[in-house]
Amino acid sequence: MNQNVNTPLLEVSDLSVSFRMYDGALEQRDLQVISSLSLTVYPGEILAIAGSSGSGKSLLASAILGILPGNATTGGSLRYNGEALTPERQKQLRGTEIALVPQSVAYLDPLMQVGKQVDGHRKPRPTEKRRGLFRRFGLPEKTEKLYPFQLSGGMARRALVSTALLTDARLIIADEPTPGMSLDQALEALKLFREMADEGRAVVLITHDIDLAFAFADRVAVFYAGTTVETAPAQDFRQGPEALRHPYSKALWNALPQNGFTPIAGFQPYAGNLPQGCLFAPRCPYATEECHTTVPPMRQVRGGEVRCYHGA
Amino acid sequence: MKGIFGRLGRIFLTYGFKIITLLLAVSIIAFVLVTLSPVDPVQQYIMGIGPVSDEQRAQIEDYWGVNEPPVERYFSWLNSLLHGDLGTSLLYRRPVAEIIGQRFVNSLALMLCAWVFSGVIGFLLGCVMGMNQNRWPDKVLKKICYLLSSVPTFWLGLVLLLLFSVVLGWFPIGFSSPIGILDSDVTIWQRLHHLILPAFTLSLMSFANIALHTRQKLVDVMNSEYVLFARARGEGKWTLLRRHGLRNILLPALTLQFASFAELFGGSVMAENVFSYPGLGSAVAAAGLNSDVPLLLGVTLFSALFVCVGNMIANLLYGVVDPQIREVEK
Repeated sequence: MNQNVNTPLLEVSDLSVSFRMYDGALEQRDLQVISSLSLTVYPGEILAIAGSSGSGKSLLASAILGILPGNATTGGSLRYNGEALTPERQKQLRGTEIALVPQSVAYLDPLMQVGKQVDGHRKPRPTEKRRGLFRRFGLPEKTEKLYPFQLSGGMARRALVSTALLTDARLIIADEPTPGMSLDQALEALKLFREMADEGRAVVLITHDIDLAFAFADRVAVFYAGTTVETAPAQDFRQGPEALRHPYSKALWNALPQNGFTPIAGFQPYAGNLPQGCLFAPRCPYATEECHTTVPPMRQVRGGEVRCYHGA
Repeated sequence: MKGIFGRLGRIFLTYGFKIITLLLAVSIIAFVLVTLSPVDPVQQYIMGIGPVSDEQRAQIEDYWGVNEPPVERYFSWLNSLLHGDLGTSLLYRRPVAEIIGQRFVNSLALMLCAWVFSGVIGFLLGCVMGMNQNRWPDKVLKKICYLLSSVPTFWLGLVLLLLFSVVLGWFPIGFSSPIGILDSDVTIWQRLHHLILPAFTLSLMSFANIALHTRQKLVDVMNSEYVLFARARGEGKWTLLRRHGLRNILLPALTLQFASFAELFGGSVMAENVFSYPGLGSAVAAAGLNSDVPLLLGVTLFSALFVCVGNMIANLLYGVVDPQIREVEK
């Protein structure tokens, strides 16, 4: 693809997502689940989004595609290929330019045969292309006649990945594609995403399998409580905490089994109960007065981005 | 092919066994209830033939076996039942089987119309509500459904009768054919004309139920992960309904539709009485009010069979519509 590698394909800046909730009968309040989230994805790269459960990773995918539930409101800006990503634009792009690879077999209609379902609703049905993909993934020919409940976890995963490859999507968002797979299968799937990226597509890999993310991604964005605390080249994560910028990224690295399994005190704050300043401040060993009162801006540090006053 | 016949054979064997045991249980319970009730069939019989002496009465009781123990009476009744003899109606002075057959044809037309009508309208309204969840069409229709399912059928029937037959004069006031015309001369249009209002009344009873269930199921489907993914792939509202919605709500709707046989039968008693429609429902009411024991028992057994067959059809349809059940049964 002759795509200018330096033009971002997707730019998310200061994205916020909140849900309108009802407390009791009449009291209504907004629950902020994603706040000041910024990230940029370039063609030809894999950007891994790493973070623990409840950090807002899957919601980001829905926000980009414009398929958040009706009671959600968003703020900030989304740009795709240099253009503002409005709801109308999202409607045009989803399934054509932007493709989602969902988490599990639950995302397949239980009463529709796999072949018909993977082909999708667009006419003419890309049956031949899909059969080619199934062959490439080693899915037996009879797979297309099966129903989702008859697929093994690995087969379902490959069928789901096929839905994205069937389109000419330039941005692929894969939401937790590896859990439940054997290491071999996971490596195979990630190799596929690598191939897609090498073809000039951009892949956003949402995962909490941090090791695999570090190994296969070009850059890694670390999520914490619905925001990005650091975006850095994957190389830095492979190197170790001294190459990282944010105290949380360092803590995440140290908490990995092979790096000492060292936990830090406290827990990720819940939406609706967020601290006023930096979201990590209550657990941060370097936190100062400033950190507790105002959210730090995104800063460029050593070829990465970090949302911290102290990170260097 | 052999597999299919084997499966069908197995299904009919299991259901056949279930239906027979159920009918036996129903016959015992119905018989015990009638025995315990103050209804005196002999008195009822005598009223039909005029004054009799005590001696003659004792002879009749003896002939009918009134003084034998209940268990023996039950078995002699069951025996003639198994030989196809349901007894003679005290009220109509004709064999019970003949009355049920004739009345059932009338009722079947009525119930079938009401059933199709409530199924189609209920399903459509449920879809409209489900696709417009919490918006005004949903809110308005939901309130109408709640209202309709709380209003008693017979009262609604009276209101419709008053409005359309008495005030507007669009429909006849009762019966299944015009008065003063030979049965053989009645046209199909005249029959339909008499059928519309009672069928509509009867359908009002179950369509709100079907609409509300369909709505809830469609709401569940629309909030499911697979619909979320379908939306992520660019499917619009109508494509979602066509590709995923209908496919996934059809099975529960069908189940509900066939399970409503019981309500339908119960409702037909009310509707037929309000509209003086000569069906099974009005026959059972008459049999109850006039202590016509043979007819009452006959209709009880027949209605149990009717409801049971409805449920059986629903069960068989599962296997046809739902691939998950179909594959497992293989």
